[in-house]
Amino acid sequence: MIRRTPRWLAAVLVPLLLVTACSSANSVNRPHNKAGGGSGGYKYKIAVVTHGGTGDSFWSIVKAGTQQAGKDMGDSVTYQSDGDPTKQSGLIDAAVNQKPDGLVVSMANPEALKAAVKRAVDAGIPVITINAGEAQSKSYGALTHIGSDETVAGQAVGTELKNQGVKNVICVVQEAGNVSLEQRCAGVKDKLGGTVTNLQVDNNNLPAAQSLILAKLQQDKSIDGVVTLGAQVATKAEAAIAGAGSSAKLATFDLNADVAKAVVDGKMLFAVDQQPFLQGYLAVVMLTQYKANLNVLGGGQPVLTGPTLITKDNAAAVLKLSAGGTR
Amino acid sequence: MTATAARADERIADVGVLRRLLVKPEFGALIGAVVIFVFFSIQSDVFRSPAGVANWLDGASTVGLMAVPVAMLMIGGHFDLSAGVQIGTAGLATGIMTTYWGLNVYASLVASLLLMLAIGFVNGYLVTRTGLPSFIITLGMFLGLQGINLGVTKQVTNTVQVSNLDLVPGYHLLKNILGSTVSVAGKPFQIAILWWVLFTALGSWALLKTRFGNWIFATGGDPNASKNVGVPTNRTTIALFMLTSAMAWFVGNTQIVRFGTIQAQVGIGQELIFIVAAVIGGCLLTGGYGSAIGASVGALIFGMTQQGIVYANWNSDWFKLFVGAMLLLAVLANQFVRRFAEQSRR
Repeated sequence: MIRRTPRWLAAVLVPLLLVTACSSANSVNRPHNKAGGGSGGYKYKIAVVTHGGTGDSFWSIVKAGTQQAGKDMGDSVTYQSDGDPTKQSGLIDAAVNQKPDGLVVSMANPEALKAAVKRAVDAGIPVITINAGEAQSKSYGALTHIGSDETVAGQAVGTELKNQGVKNVICVVQEAGNVSLEQRCAGVKDKLGGTVTNLQVDNNNLPAAQSLILAKLQQDKSIDGVVTLGAQVATKAEAAIAGAGSSAKLATFDLNADVAKAVVDGKMLFAVDQQPFLQGYLAVVMLTQYKANLNVLGGGQPVLTGPTLITKDNAAAVLKLSAGGTR
Repeated sequence: MTATAARADERIADVGVLRRLLVKPEFGALIGAVVIFVFFSIQSDVFRSPAGVANWLDGASTVGLMAVPVAMLMIGGHFDLSAGVQIGTAGLATGIMTTYWGLNVYASLVASLLLMLAIGFVNGYLVTRTGLPSFIITLGMFLGLQGINLGVTKQVTNTVQVSNLDLVPGYHLLKNILGSTVSVAGKPFQIAILWWVLFTALGSWALLKTRFGNWIFATGGDPNASKNVGVPTNRTTIALFMLTSAMAWFVGNTQIVRFGTIQAQVGIGQELIFIVAAVIGGCLLTGGYGSAIGASVGALIFGMTQQGIVYANWNSDWFKLFVGAMLLLAVLANQFVRRFAEQSRR
């Protein structure tokens, strides 16, 4: 049984869509900054294989870094990722088979990637590890490691919170079984000198994460600090603290536009940024320079991209860049 | 016509109140909900305080809103594995159309509703046309939309989220309708809870009191027999898929309006939670049996368990285990009650 579309519906909808189509007041997100840069002519093929989740804001910035470097150097950069170490190892093998001029790998689970990384090194491909796997980087034959030490970053947060007089902290973990996240919480605990309790939430269900943090704050009124390990959870924690009427201070690892805004507004104490853009960008640049000129920065010492603290003083400037997906 | 037999027909025999209660699909879930409420209330004062209730009702409402159409779809004999990820699609669509393309916020709401209805139609049309299990068709839709959500969001925004909807003209009215709070006993209750109750009532009314509801039970119970007696099974199935997508539109937009921002990965993994809520609420995986109220009670159980574990101060590393055990227990209890009820009917 087929009915014709009611005429009145079209009569209402079409003008509504047309009249209201382009009012610039709505397009608050239309981007206004584009990272500049010329284009070099190195024409190398660089393969990047990370463990980052596809919808993760942190890794989308790393990816943006590799792509910007590719544009600036005139290299062609491919980016693949898979959180499962077995699959990531397969992606590395696939990349090596295409004989790239350089390989960038993040090693969240170094043991599982050992064989694949060694195969790349044996094939004569220069490898740089980024973000995770600093301890194993050298022994697997990588040129250097670019990243931020999670424990050091955690300790920086712990120290800063202690200075603010915080004693009882919940550390909100958004991915079960991620070693780096546990290291961050442990780092916080090292320097805080008070209580640190881990709270497990799900990054794919942020409204639930908010309710869980709220529940924790309601249950234990003595909690005076909340540390989140990812930018997306941080904004939900902010809402939870407001909802619980708690005066807990909030600090987070990693950065996005919402976090920068909250720091500017004073709703968040500070954010620890490990500058993911640099991890991606520098890796491609360094591989290019190694290939062209055999340069290795610092003679192969690990290059630290963080931790830098984003506080009220510098948040406003960072906020502008954040919207473009590079901070 | 022969005269009616003198002895009473067992089909119209008088059934006791208790038995009539027991054969209702949602009865087992209701008992489970009471048990879990009492259990966590003993564990924590805050859990049963108004603030605590507001908190776990909020968590339950997000699941519950979707569980109602998902249960109706299950009664109609089908699954929608793309129900979770569609929440993200709806919210992202509204957000991108407004904050990047400059479309009026109400126009984008209408446009994203049309988009969602189209997705539901494709799901339903493919299922009825090909005769393939809805499990496979919607699994394809699930994976496809996951890619589209991420791909389009990255393409347009350079990041993995759409934010700043709260800066758009017209936002405040929407916020009042979808994301505000109502003060009860001095504590803020999310307005989504009211919407949840309303939609549960509507769903239950549609299932039990309308011709469409009869068609749903018939389609899920025995599609061939239904077709033979003139039930438009294909149209019913397509309508159910479109209903699920329409609710995903509602929930997705509730989320972006409430928070002003939405992430590309929103809803992934939630589709199974909706099905779990429907099953706890008495829906059979084979279709033809279940209730909308039951699905909402299932969502309530899920919400209470999830938050209760935190209120009880249990180690959250074990959280999923607790949830899994609670769910299994609830389903087993449900099964037991139903079997008992069916035996006592004879």
